[in-house]
Amino acid sequence: MPVAENQSATQQLTSAATATDDNSIHEILKDQSLTFAEKALSINNQGPQEGKRLNAGDIAVVDVDLAMAQDSTGPLAIKSLKEMRIDKLYDPSKVLLVIDHTFPAADEKVADLHAMMREFAVEHSCMLVEGSISHQHILEYLALPGMIILGADSHTCQAGCVGAFATGIGSTEIAAIWASGRMWLRVPESIKVTLSGSLERGVFARDLILDFIGKMGEDGANYRALEWFFSDENVRKEFTMDSRACISNASMECGAKISIFPFDEVAKQYLDQNPRAMVSNQNPALGIEPGQAANYIDKIEIDCSNIEPMVAGPDHPDAVHSVDEMDGLEIDQAFIGSATNGRIEDLEVAARILKGRKVHKNTRCIVTPTSVKVYEEAIRRGYVQIYLDAGAVFTNATCGACVGTHLGALGEEEICISSSSRNFVGRMGALTSKVYLSSPATVAASAIEGKVADPRGYLH
Amino acid sequence: MTPPPPVIPTSILNGKAWVFGDDINTDIIIPFRFKSRTNDPYEMAKYAMYGIDPDFHKKIAKGDFIVAGKNFGGGSSREQAPVALKYAGIAAVIAESFARIFYRNAFTIGLPALEIPGIKDKVIQGDELRVDIGNFIVENLRTREYISAKPVPEFMHKLLLEGGLVEYYKKNKQFPWDSKIV
Repeated sequence: MPVAENQSATQQLTSAATATDDNSIHEILKDQSLTFAEKALSINNQGPQEGKRLNAGDIAVVDVDLAMAQDSTGPLAIKSLKEMRIDKLYDPSKVLLVIDHTFPAADEKVADLHAMMREFAVEHSCMLVEGSISHQHILEYLALPGMIILGADSHTCQAGCVGAFATGIGSTEIAAIWASGRMWLRVPESIKVTLSGSLERGVFARDLILDFIGKMGEDGANYRALEWFFSDENVRKEFTMDSRACISNASMECGAKISIFPFDEVAKQYLDQNPRAMVSNQNPALGIEPGQAANYIDKIEIDCSNIEPMVAGPDHPDAVHSVDEMDGLEIDQAFIGSATNGRIEDLEVAARILKGRKVHKNTRCIVTPTSVKVYEEAIRRGYVQIYLDAGAVFTNATCGACVGTHLGALGEEEICISSSSRNFVGRMGALTSKVYLSSPATVAASAIEGKVADPRGYLH
Repeated sequence: MTPPPPVIPTSILNGKAWVFGDDINTDIIIPFRFKSRTNDPYEMAKYAMYGIDPDFHKKIAKGDFIVAGKNFGGGSSREQAPVALKYAGIAAVIAESFARIFYRNAFTIGLPALEIPGIKDKVIQGDELRVDIGNFIVENLRTREYISAKPVPEFMHKLLLEGGLVEYYKKNKQFPWDSKIV
């Protein structure tokens, strides 16, 4: 049973917009001079400037709708709470513990830390999830537009794909939210990105965001909010929730504090199909639309038709190359998975490429779904059988290989092409190993050839 | 044998500079597989800067400083990164710029993080530095140059001087945001 019984606590999640009176909220929401981040933090602010418009650079104190920690950050949060001698949580229904990184426990040290988390969850009746990656669980069951979601995990920003103000912080600050319900946040400057055109066959959202990170640099959006827009309705529909989740998640690799897609039809449809506690137009937070005359520090336009399959690495996510430039680089391991790219659309395209083919004899291929829900869907659609027939390994949902903790760590000087989030030195294992990031399609094509390969030839 | 406690930020710190480049990420500062298997800060300290030099923790003296380029601490949210540095004996990190979460975490756990654009050109490996945490000023004792760090909001400065969020709470019985000082 992957999800603990007390998951029903999610049903108690309430509206994101709690602060100030309705009038000032409406004024702020209508204000055309404010960005998404300025609106989201202004309407939630309970700090000294409560009820006023906040601008980039101001500091807000907000009620936090969801405060998450996972198995590599949760134990430290629990320790900090104990050191502060706090034994009562402000609101357990807003506290989420996820055991995902080294799940199931790879050794006794990890097992002991997992046990500590389970004990804490039972003691405090908070949410406990095991065996789905936190960001995907939050997307599938909890996130709502306008919510303030903070997590002790940098990729918490993924929930921006449904228009939540979601970002990562550290363990002790998460503990402080568990205790007080609140946290301070600086209102970030915002960058407006508008997408036009159509991605070529064999080119995916991951290629787009890798290309973007290459242009921005590793810290190009540090402290900043990314707001994603579409030039027309056709482009909008092309960017499904899975691809938006990939973009919001990977935005961390250029330092973004949040990376949001303003609430739209695609998000509404996703929320309708994946019901949660409350989706109501009465919720003022749903109406957070960035102002037409908002103050952006940069505006970027991207023609998707110019994007090629990209490969980033080694060592830095902004070290991007087109797949042609890397073509032929021999690999030891091909990894499809992680919160960045292990969703059903990712597993679908990789299965399409691997169907009826074999993983190269010098290469091992590991496929890891992002969540239990994705895992089940992959079984239902027959993808798991395709992977097994191709000679790949299909694992449980975990962050394992991405962080080199289990289920796919790299040895000395090994090379891995991976759809995971990061390629830092030693990220997946030995300090001399190298990680190259790409879309799941490029990973699958590379797995077949035993070297970096262009997926476009496999997709007709 | 219990190791010595980490340096508690007092107003004036003296130590030697260990100089690093740009984009020193948290996987370099402490790899996941080590930080995720312990809750003991002294154990974390054994892996401080492991991605560049697994013996770093043995080479430094208590009270030394890290001086780095842009985007120090990028990547993961792991609070174990500043904790590992602090418990290895690092008294402060001075960098051209910091990644957002590392910066928050450093203040939260009471590790002084001073942002000084241009610091890379003013400090070389082994320089003796004097860091005034009260005034956020670094003095290079070799060049006799005084260099001011970017100021931080008052509540963050207070948090740092009190030794981090846990110590702050233990002393004040409330968080900074409970008292409207934020």
